[in-house]
Amino acid sequence: MFRNINVSVSPHIRDKRTTRNIMLDVCIALFFPLAAGIYAYGINALIVAVLCVATCLLSELIFQVALKKKVTLGDLSALVTGLILAVNLPASVPWFIPVLGGVFAIIVVKQLFGGLGQNFMNPALGARCFLVISFAKLMTNYSTDINYLFGKPDAVTSATPMAMVKGGEVTNWFDMLVNTHAGCIGEVSAIAILIGAAYMIIRRVIDVKIPFIYIASTLCFVALIQTIKGESISFDYMMVQLCGGGLLIGAFFMATDYVTSPITNKGKVVYALILGLMTSLIRTVSPSNEGVSYSIIIGNMLTPLIEKFTVPKPFGYKKGAVK
Amino acid sequence: MKLKSFKRGIHPKGNKQYTADKPIKELVSTCDATYPLSQHIGAPCEPVVAIGDEVKKGQLIAKATSFVSCNIFSAVSGKVKDIKPVATTSGETVQSIIIENDGKFEEVEGFGKQEDYTKFDRDEILEKIQYAGIVGLGGAGFPTHVKLAPKEPDRIDYLIVNAAECEPYLTSDYRLMLEKGDKLVEGIKILLKLFKNAKCVIGIENNKTDAYKHLVEIIDDEKIECQLLKAKYPQGGERMLIKAITGREINSKMLPADAGTVVVNVASTIACYDAVANNIPLIKRVLTITGDAITNPCNLLVSIGCSHKELLEEAGGFNCNPEKIVSGGPMMGTALFEIDLPVTKTSSSILAFTKDEVAKVPTSACIHCGRCLGACPEKLVPQLMMAASDNSQFDEFEKLHGMECIECGSCTYVCPAKRPLTQSFKYAKREVIKQRKKGEKK
Repeated sequence: MFRNINVSVSPHIRDKRTTRNIMLDVCIALFFPLAAGIYAYGINALIVAVLCVATCLLSELIFQVALKKKVTLGDLSALVTGLILAVNLPASVPWFIPVLGGVFAIIVVKQLFGGLGQNFMNPALGARCFLVISFAKLMTNYSTDINYLFGKPDAVTSATPMAMVKGGEVTNWFDMLVNTHAGCIGEVSAIAILIGAAYMIIRRVIDVKIPFIYIASTLCFVALIQTIKGESISFDYMMVQLCGGGLLIGAFFMATDYVTSPITNKGKVVYALILGLMTSLIRTVSPSNEGVSYSIIIGNMLTPLIEKFTVPKPFGYKKGAVK
Repeated sequence: MKLKSFKRGIHPKGNKQYTADKPIKELVSTCDATYPLSQHIGAPCEPVVAIGDEVKKGQLIAKATSFVSCNIFSAVSGKVKDIKPVATTSGETVQSIIIENDGKFEEVEGFGKQEDYTKFDRDEILEKIQYAGIVGLGGAGFPTHVKLAPKEPDRIDYLIVNAAECEPYLTSDYRLMLEKGDKLVEGIKILLKLFKNAKCVIGIENNKTDAYKHLVEIIDDEKIECQLLKAKYPQGGERMLIKAITGREINSKMLPADAGTVVVNVASTIACYDAVANNIPLIKRVLTITGDAITNPCNLLVSIGCSHKELLEEAGGFNCNPEKIVSGGPMMGTALFEIDLPVTKTSSSILAFTKDEVAKVPTSACIHCGRCLGACPEKLVPQLMMAASDNSQFDEFEKLHGMECIECGSCTYVCPAKRPLTQSFKYAKREVIKQRKKGEKK
């Protein structure tokens, strides 16, 4: 009588949210900082972004086809990785940097560890760190010369705000808020990042705990360390710490990566505090300029441990609840 | 009034509009009646009739074998045709009594005899409820007389009537409150006689304000009050309801009585009234027949023992070929593989869907988003529990407090990767219990 009847275990209804539409929301949110970057750096930035996305998608496709696995491009996670990598690169890198980064992110960090959900660090950020270590000079070149992309590297570098702050200069933070400052494609405009972040918060894609605590703790720790070092802290200085570098984009788009951040509430707080501490230490004490990237990568690797120790007490186990 | 609730949980679409306005209609069964001997939590019953015996409506046909067990009564008159294993909605095959329905519904002596229940004392009330074979009609099927007889009845300060009906689609309790509100209130008065220090709170979700207003109007006892609750799933879960109303929390190792509460369902309370005041045992219940594949969704009062097929025919059958048929609510019900199955004490509804939402999106890899965590009313970490269960690490599953899972399905509902979390927990819980039993034997 019922030939095509389905039988499955309860529940029989499902929420409309799917992995795919969550990823799509992240892409939409990423559009704002990316667009600001393209506006500021022009066609260069667009080419870098296209290269990143194309290599990420292709790498995933080729890997999965070659290993006869199910092709999972449809979940859009490779697209998100490509876009995050793009906002994390300077606009003026030679063409092989985004290509190498995309391949590294997808093949090495993501697929070799088992694909979506199994990677131990954020693929795009892993690739960025790999590139920064391997091609330090190219990765810190923030020239806006179009010939640079396919031409010979020509060393006309301008320092990032973070490097300038370290050197004792305080740049104009108001510029960073709305428009250009030398840096990666996605770091150009703080406002654009915040619009994207607001979209993700409204769509309930991300939990505000991680980004807010991360940003707040970074600023607090920076102030604390500077005080200990006996240096003065001005409002301008703190605003540059907030808007400059990758703190905002890192906090909202990378620290909140589902796969590599804890899911327990307490774990989120611990994780965000660790990120804040690491970032402030690197920014004030270490000679490196990669505060946000390295902190998040280290936080990613601590995630399973943090989760293990922050499993909440279940309902009815609270002391003094009953009996 | 401030809405009370518990933390976390989910907000599935209610979909109660199909049947909310449909008055309860009685269905006179014409088919043979089938009574599985296990329709409750606890020991199965023992038949007290033999093949060929004549039975009447309201006659005891199987008796409880222990305290945690429940009598079963015939809802029809006729001859006992057979006693054999029969498939039930749960998918299991259970020894059942089959009675050939002669359509006369001759009543057993004393059936429906009205009594002045105000004169009964505690023991008499309990005895009558126990005899009537009443179980929790919300779906769990725990014998009501066991619930009503805690070790220290004087320590109970809350009698909670579970009128949350948090499962989407279901409207049977809502209709009962509107149509049989007086019986409900009288039933509560009877139950309150069992607990001298208790007051009664009827917990109703705020998507059923009609029922709330109606009850507030007819309540004539200061010991009974109505409390509006936030419409949220699983508000009607026993532990969640206790938390919402009293602020007290219990875990799986405790009973509601440990928190000074006793929780009974609306339909069970009405059944208690009928048992004590009218000498009518539990032989009928209300089911909601609904879903987009049903021609005329409705609320039916049916005899326990009749076939699901009869109910579906009464509701006009299917308007297309359904992709899924569910007995019970969409969150915790069982998918049916056929419809010629007997209605038991715990059947609460039949849902038929033209499209199966579960099959629509295939399962993909866990993206570790933590939505399951935010949905779990038991404050568990479903993501880690599933990893443990999938790897057969049952010790780890227990360490993560997996045994606290109430199988409400909230985690599975919200999962964007559509992973079968609840299914894996049901499996893991069974394995843990199996291992514990093995350990005891050694």
